[in-house]
Amino acid sequence: MLYGKGLRTLSIATVAAMATALCLVFFYAPLEAEQGFLQKIFYVHVPLAIVALCGFVIGGLLAIQHLRTRDSRWDMRSYVAIHMSLIFAVGTLITGSIWAKGSWGHWWVWSEPTLVSFLIVFLLYATYQPLRFAIEDPERQARYASVFAITAGAFVPMNFIAVRLSTAYLHPRVLGSTSNLPGSMALTFVVSLVAIALLFATLCKYELTAKHARAQLRALRRRLAETGTDQGDTRSARIPESASAEGACLPASVEEVATAGRFGV
Amino acid sequence: MSTVAGDTPEAPGQAGDPAQEPGLCPRSGAGASAPPIPRKAPTFARTAGALLRKELLVELRTLESVPGMSLFAVTVFVIFHFALNRTGVSGDEAAGILWVTLLLAAMLGINRLFVADAEEGGFDGFLLAPVDRSALLVAKALALLAYLVVLELVAVPAFALLLLEPSLGPALPELPAILLLGDVGVAVIGTLVAAMAVRTRARDLLGPLLALPLLVPVVIGGARATAPLLSLGHAAGVGGVPIRWPLTLALYDLLFGLIAYAVFDFLLED
Amino acid sequence: MAALTLDAPLAREAADGAAALEVDGLTRLYGEREALAAVSLSLGEGQTLVVLGPNGAGKTTLLRVLATLLRPHAGVVRVLGSSLPGEGWAVRGRIGLLGHEPLLYRELTARENLGYHARLHGVAGERVEELLGAVGMSARAREPVRTLSRGMVQRVAIARTLLHDPPLLLLDEPRANLDPAGAELVEPLIGPSCGRTRVVCSHDPQADLEGADLVLGLRAGRPALLAPPAAVEPRAIRELYG
Repeated sequence: MLYGKGLRTLSIATVAAMATALCLVFFYAPLEAEQGFLQKIFYVHVPLAIVALCGFVIGGLLAIQHLRTRDSRWDMRSYVAIHMSLIFAVGTLITGSIWAKGSWGHWWVWSEPTLVSFLIVFLLYATYQPLRFAIEDPERQARYASVFAITAGAFVPMNFIAVRLSTAYLHPRVLGSTSNLPGSMALTFVVSLVAIALLFATLCKYELTAKHARAQLRALRRRLAETGTDQGDTRSARIPESASAEGACLPASVEEVATAGRFGV
Repeated sequence: MSTVAGDTPEAPGQAGDPAQEPGLCPRSGAGASAPPIPRKAPTFARTAGALLRKELLVELRTLESVPGMSLFAVTVFVIFHFALNRTGVSGDEAAGILWVTLLLAAMLGINRLFVADAEEGGFDGFLLAPVDRSALLVAKALALLAYLVVLELVAVPAFALLLLEPSLGPALPELPAILLLGDVGVAVIGTLVAAMAVRTRARDLLGPLLALPLLVPVVIGGARATAPLLSLGHAAGVGGVPIRWPLTLALYDLLFGLIAYAVFDFLLED
Repeated sequence: MAALTLDAPLAREAADGAAALEVDGLTRLYGEREALAAVSLSLGEGQTLVVLGPNGAGKTTLLRVLATLLRPHAGVVRVLGSSLPGEGWAVRGRIGLLGHEPLLYRELTARENLGYHARLHGVAGERVEELLGAVGMSARAREPVRTLSRGMVQRVAIARTLLHDPPLLLLDEPRANLDPAGAELVEPLIGPSCGRTRVVCSHDPQADLEGADLVLGLRAGRPALLAPPAAVEPRAIRELYG
C-alpha cells in the first residue's frame, strides 16, 4: 500500500482549513463577555481534546483489526494513531492549563472534568511506549501493544463517565461547555474542529509514510545482503538513494517482505 | 474426574511389561493392541477449577502474596499516621486512606501473580492442554480476588483500630459489599495487567504503571461510596451511599470483565 | 478461543493414510530474522525424525511450532491431520512436548504437578500413579520438586509428557540430565520402541541416529540435510556443526 498517495492534497487541505479557522477565531468570533480574549483558547483546547479522544479510540479499533488479521500493518497504524493522540493530549493539557491560569488564576484546577480525565488518560497512554520497548520479540510486542490499546480505548469513555460523576454537583462547569453556543461561535468551533482533525490525519499519514518507507528500505537492504546481485531477479537490486516521504514505488514482492517484518521507530 | 489417589505402596522400579499396560506403549506391532486410556475433555469450569486449585496450593505452600500484602497494608497505616499527623480520620479522608492503601497492597499481589508461571514454565504446560485458554483468566482473577478478600479481612480491622475515628459497626453491611465490587474490578484489571507485564523487562515497574491509571474509576467509585459510611454522622443515620457509585463500580466490572475475556488469549501466545 | 469438545476416548491413529507430520515451506520469523525458513518434510505414523544442528539453528523453534506453541508465518504445517495454526486446538491433546523446561512447579510435589496436568488433560488420577511407577518416582512423589535432583526432575517431566498418552512425542534432548539407569528406565517409554511418532532434537548424533527413520539437519533456520540415516555420511554431520 502506498501511503504517500494523497499526502499533498491532504496537506493543502489542512493548511487551508487551519488558515480559515485562524481567521474566524481572530476576526469573526465575538469576544466572550466574561473571559474576554482568553476564551478564544477554547477553539483550540476543545477540538484538540475531541480529536485526541477519538484518536485513542480509533487506536483501539485498529488494534482489534490487528489481532483479528495478524497483519502488522494494522499495528503500525494503531501505533501511529495512539502516538499522535498522545501528543494532542499533551496539547490539550497545556492549552487547558493556560486557560485555567487565565480564568481562575491557577495552573491546574480539579473542577474541570475534561482536564482531569485527560490527565489520567495521559498517564495511562504514557506507558504505551515503555511497554512496547520492554518487549523484545517484535510479534509479541505488537500483540501486547494491541491488547493494551483495546483495553485503554475502552477505558477512555469509562474514565470520562467516572470523573464527570465525581466532579458534577460540586462545581459548575465554566470552561468547557459546548452547548448553548451562539451561531458565530458555533461556526468557528466547527471549522476549528475540522482543521484540527485534518491536522491529525495529515500528521498520521506523514508518520505512516515515513515508517513504511524506512521498513521497505530495510527490507531491500536485507534482501540485497542475502541474495546478492547475481540471482537474475531484475527487480531487487536497486536501493533508492533517498526514501522520500512521498513513498517510493516498489515491487509487490518486497512489499510482502516489508510487511512481514517489524517497523522501526 | 477422580482426584489424585493418596499413598501408593512403595515398590521401587515398579514398571510392568510396557507392551501390556494400556497407554504406556501404544503398539508393539503394526496395529494398536493396547486400549486407549480413558479421557474426558475438561469443561471450562473444571479447567478453571484445576487452575484455581493449583494456584491456591502454590500460595499456601509459599505464602508469598497474602502475608506480604497484609503486612504492607498495616505498615502503610502506621506511615499515614505519621505523615498526616492525625490520630483519627473519618469521612473522605478515611475512605481515601483505606482505598489507597488497599490499592497499593494489591499492586504487590499483582506483581507476583504470574511470576511462578513465567519462571517455571507454567505457561507452556497450560498452553499445551486442550482447554479454553480464558479459563486461566478466570482462575487467576478468582485467586487474586481471594487474596484481596483475605487482605481486607486483615486490613480493615487494622484500619479501624489504628486510624478510624467512628466505629466500624454502622458501616458494616454496606462496606464489605462496596469493597467486594471494587475488588472484582481490581482482580480483573490486575490479572490482565499482570499477564501483560510479566514477560517484559521492567515487570515490577510496568505493572503498577499500567494498573493504577486503569483503576482510577474504581478509586473514584469506591472512595466516594465509602466516605459516607465512614463519616462521623453515619451512626446517627446521616449519609447513605449514593446509588451512582455502586453502579459505576458495577459498570466498570462488567465492561472490563468482558474486555479482559476477549483479549486475554492473545497475551498467552508465544 | 474455540472450546474443544470430545465425547469419546481419543483414537490413537491419525486419519487413514495421512502422514503424522506434513511440513511444506515452513517459515517462522523473529522480527526480520529467519528463525526457520523453507523447512519441508513428511513423517509417517510411528516413525522417528531426528533433528540435528548447532545451537541457534532453529531446532527448538521447529519443535515449538509443531507443538502449536508458535504460529507458522508461512508454509503449510499439518500435525496428525490438523493444519496449523487454524486447527491447533484440535490436536493439542495428542501431542506430548518435552522441552528444556520441565514445566513443573517447584513448590508442588511430583504427584501434585502430575495431578494438575492430568486434570488439565481430562485424564483420570490412576494414570498419575501408573506413570510415577513407570519412571520409578513413586517413592519420591510426595516431595516438592525443588528437592529433587535434575535427573529425577527429568523423569517426572517425562511422566508429564506421557500423561495423556499422546500419539506424537516432541522431545528436545530427552536424555539430558539422566544417569544411565534413568535413561534405561525411560527408554521403553520414549525410545524408538515405544511405537509413537517421535521428533527428537539431539546433540548426540551417534546415539540417536540408530532409532531414526528420517534425519533433518538445520543450519541458521534452513534445512541443510534431509535424508534417512543410512544415507547420511559422518562428514555431512560434521559440516553441519562446523
